[in-house]
Amino acid sequence: MTLLELKNVGFRYQLSKEPCLRRINLKVEEGEFVGITGRNGVGKTTLCNIIRRIIPEFIDGELRGEILYKGKPLSSYSRGELAKEIGFVFQNPFVQISGIKKTVYEEIGYSLENLGVERSEIKRRIDEIMNLLKIEHLKDKHPKKLSGGQSQLVALASVLIMKPRLLLVDEPTSQLDPVGTEMVFEALKIVKGTDTTVILVEHKVDLISEYVNRVVVLNEGMVVCDGPNNEVFSNLEIENYGVEVPSVTKLAYELKSKGYPIENIPTNLKDAEIEFRKVLKI
Amino acid sequence: MKSVELVNVSFTYPNGFKAVENVSMVINKGENVAIIGQNGAGKTTTVKMMNGLLRPTEGAIFINEENTKSFTTAQISKKVGYVFQNPGDQLFNKTVYDEIAFALRANKVGEKEIEKRVTEAAELCHVREFLDHNPYDLPFSLRKFVTIAIVVANNCDILVLDEPTAGQDLLEKKWLEEIIEKLNSDGKTIITITHDMDFVIRNFKRVLVMANKRLIKDGTPHEVFSDEETLKKANLKKPTISQLASILGLGNEITTIEEFMNKVGD
Repeated sequence: MTLLELKNVGFRYQLSKEPCLRRINLKVEEGEFVGITGRNGVGKTTLCNIIRRIIPEFIDGELRGEILYKGKPLSSYSRGELAKEIGFVFQNPFVQISGIKKTVYEEIGYSLENLGVERSEIKRRIDEIMNLLKIEHLKDKHPKKLSGGQSQLVALASVLIMKPRLLLVDEPTSQLDPVGTEMVFEALKIVKGTDTTVILVEHKVDLISEYVNRVVVLNEGMVVCDGPNNEVFSNLEIENYGVEVPSVTKLAYELKSKGYPIENIPTNLKDAEIEFRKVLKI
Repeated sequence: MKSVELVNVSFTYPNGFKAVENVSMVINKGENVAIIGQNGAGKTTTVKMMNGLLRPTEGAIFINEENTKSFTTAQISKKVGYVFQNPGDQLFNKTVYDEIAFALRANKVGEKEIEKRVTEAAELCHVREFLDHNPYDLPFSLRKFVTIAIVVANNCDILVLDEPTAGQDLLEKKWLEEIIEKLNSDGKTIITITHDMDFVIRNFKRVLVMANKRLIKDGTPHEVFSDEETLKKANLKKPTISQLASILGLGNEITTIEEFMNKVGD
């Protein structure tokens, strides 16, 4: 079933002469894990804000086109309904964590408390989500005394506990060290196996290529590439849009140019290992 | 000549939290070094002590071989330019031009000279076309370049860039590489904090690794990325090409595509 559909969506900020998004056509099916990438300023975060309806409700400008969520106009949902349907994980976890709860356990349950969910149900869901993301060991820690990666996992858990149908994640690891970054991506991989559909905005191609099924590249306010991970990332043309191909892909092209008989251009480590073992006979 | 020297430096915040413990290092004039390590390792606290924003609670810091103890933060900031991790901590003027000119005006530089320096710095940092814009109308990544232009215009001997690669795309990282290379070739000492390991390999010959408040390694990228114990302690990961080389049994030494090609070509 189609969860989200954008038809000819365009947006111009009130004080800008040029539109930020020109014509976005995008369909996201339930259960997909979509990575959105592209140069800075092409409208990735604007797109997230349109899907969250922050645009046009809180940011002025001219919004065109149609946005359908579960087949109905996004504007027909109340803000309360949307808050339960669409979850959002901020770039900076330290901004997302409330700072008013003393333990990670309470922090994760905070959103459900606000919704007036039964205490026993809140507890059940906190345990469930901590178990899912493997963060039970953080239970009694102070939410403001966590490492960057741990903070982002707690932020993610506090959103996932609402069981959003759609999860938007905007560059969740730009402030994190490499191990923290991997922790967050591993957690997103777990989310991939649940009912939640994920849209991830990210620059780190080596990581997106390891985790997502489908990649969308934006350029000049439009979708310029959209397809399975291995198709989009093995296409050197994406470099024209300011997106690097993954390093294993670059290496494969380099080997190919030196006469190695590479058949399948890999875009992630696992595929690279298989292909290179075959070709290099190691 | 030594640009920056830390001698047994520790720092404890007023709330009692110790962020840096007994760190010593020497960075010579004209060096271009990276500081890497886990979140919370003490990297930002360490560099903030270099330009006097924070003062060591123990130990001493020497800039151009003079103890910073005897100088005010304003005096040190003329020698050491610091680009904040978050540009929002640094920007408050109405236009990009005024922002870059601010410190120069405070230091009573003539308007003509200011115009020249602002234009040159803005050109180098790719923000010249935005000089009449409000910095907050620019995206985060360009705001970061405005803050770099500020320290470039100030013409400090030593530049400290705190996570300039965060949130930057492919082209912007190339701009950063060009800026660092140009400033370094002009004889500036550059200290860059980053989490981007590929950026480290491409741009630095010397890497300082911090973990848990301390400096735990000082070496070349090869020495750092082949040292599993250091990587583990500092929450670091090998670059993808290094990981692949290890998986394929090609050893621990490979960090780039060129090195990989050389190895398989042997």
